[in-house]
Amino acid sequence: MSNVPSELKYAKSHEWLKVAADGTALVGITDYAQNSLGDITFVQVPKVGASLKAGETFGVVESVKAASDVYSPVAGTVLEVNKALDSNPEKVNQSPYGDGWMLKLKLTNPADAAALLSATDYEKSIG
Amino acid sequence: MVDFAGWDMPVQYRSILEEHKAVRQRSGLFDVSHMGEADVKGPDALRFLQHLVTNDCSKLFPGRVLYTVMCYPHGGVVDDLLVYMRGAGDYFLCINAGNIAKDIAWMQEQVKGFDCTVTDRSNDYGQLAVQGPRALEIVQTLTPAVLTDIKYYHFAEGRVAGISCLISRTGYTGEDGVELYCPAGDTERLAEAVLAAGAPFGLELTGLGARDSLRLEAGFPLYGHEITDQISPIAAGLGWVVKFDKGPFVGSVPLAAEKEKGPARKIIFFKTGDRRILRAGSVVLGAAGQEVGVVVSGTLSPIINEAIGSALVDSVATKEALSVDVRGTRLNLQLVKPPFVPLKKN
Repeated sequence: MSNVPSELKYAKSHEWLKVAADGTALVGITDYAQNSLGDITFVQVPKVGASLKAGETFGVVESVKAASDVYSPVAGTVLEVNKALDSNPEKVNQSPYGDGWMLKLKLTNPADAAALLSATDYEKSIG
Repeated sequence: MVDFAGWDMPVQYRSILEEHKAVRQRSGLFDVSHMGEADVKGPDALRFLQHLVTNDCSKLFPGRVLYTVMCYPHGGVVDDLLVYMRGAGDYFLCINAGNIAKDIAWMQEQVKGFDCTVTDRSNDYGQLAVQGPRALEIVQTLTPAVLTDIKYYHFAEGRVAGISCLISRTGYTGEDGVELYCPAGDTERLAEAVLAAGAPFGLELTGLGARDSLRLEAGFPLYGHEITDQISPIAAGLGWVVKFDKGPFVGSVPLAAEKEKGPARKIIFFKTGDRRILRAGSVVLGAAGQEVGVVVSGTLSPIINEAIGSALVDSVATKEALSVDVRGTRLNLQLVKPPFVPLKKN
């Protein structure tokens, strides 16, 4: 069974969003996604300052099996990227909701997060 | 689980990278029962094999194993295989799962006129590979046969966990170890016994994913990648298994010509200094950015922590600075003579 923390918001494309009170949010991929991909060997993230549209590809997560695009669940500006993933991409497997985070975003419109899936809905979507 | 030549095969049990490391550091157990087997029996068996395969089977003696390929008349590869000599006129072959039907049909065609028979035994045998630095110690706890007396590329018939096996000191990982052929119905019992015996040694169950990354790291070819019906053993760097001095064999004329003037394309092995995997099918570019070849195998070596692979490249371009474009980034290929990691001599 996949771990789907109840306090996060989700995209159907298997990214999670953790919104803070200051209008910023962390983005990563879900436990279900990392488990489906298998051993993650490379994570490509955008440059700090990049502006992303909702649903836009922000990078690539590569595993031994395949390379997959990852999508920004909401519109925002990249404030920070997880540099530790350059040399230790396996953190995404080990801790997809913790050390394996990928981006910190400044949300263009903080209300956008409300439109994403709840943990219950995301769990339904992955069956 | 994936479908592989009609078998439900585990790509991984836990993690491809962790299973790979387990084999290099401790040991792994692979269920390779999908592999095909055949008997070649009769007074002409040796003469037939000399005609069929490229390596010299006259060097075999009972208990000796030979790695070889068999080719089409144009020099492309039908399959790579192991030839086991059990006795005079009595040989046993191990062939690739995906090629069983094709190989058996090819051998049935080629055997016409020879006083011997080719029998598909693929459904009769299970096969387990125990590979890694602790492999011999593990299997030794289950058999009265003295495994260290079986030299590399030799075999013996004996009991393992009470099950009669062909014990072969061979493998596809570059590590020491054995491949155990047993009656198909006993495979599960043998696997349970090996797993239990291996637990104190850190033996892990290892899947197809690790099998592929280990063989690539060791520089071993995989049919459909480094060798195909369009890639000859000369182009694949397997000239050492093609013995022209034994007399004519299927494909010997074009292969001798290819060896003489050098192959037009050849298989190279590379690393990149980067973790991005170069996938099979990626285009290899020459110094001027022109297309000079194609990647045929690619993975991440968890031992050297960088992408490794092989490519089929125009021979004239192999001295150039080669690169592959990965999602807009040009990665330079550093040519490597495999193995990519130091392997213990058996």
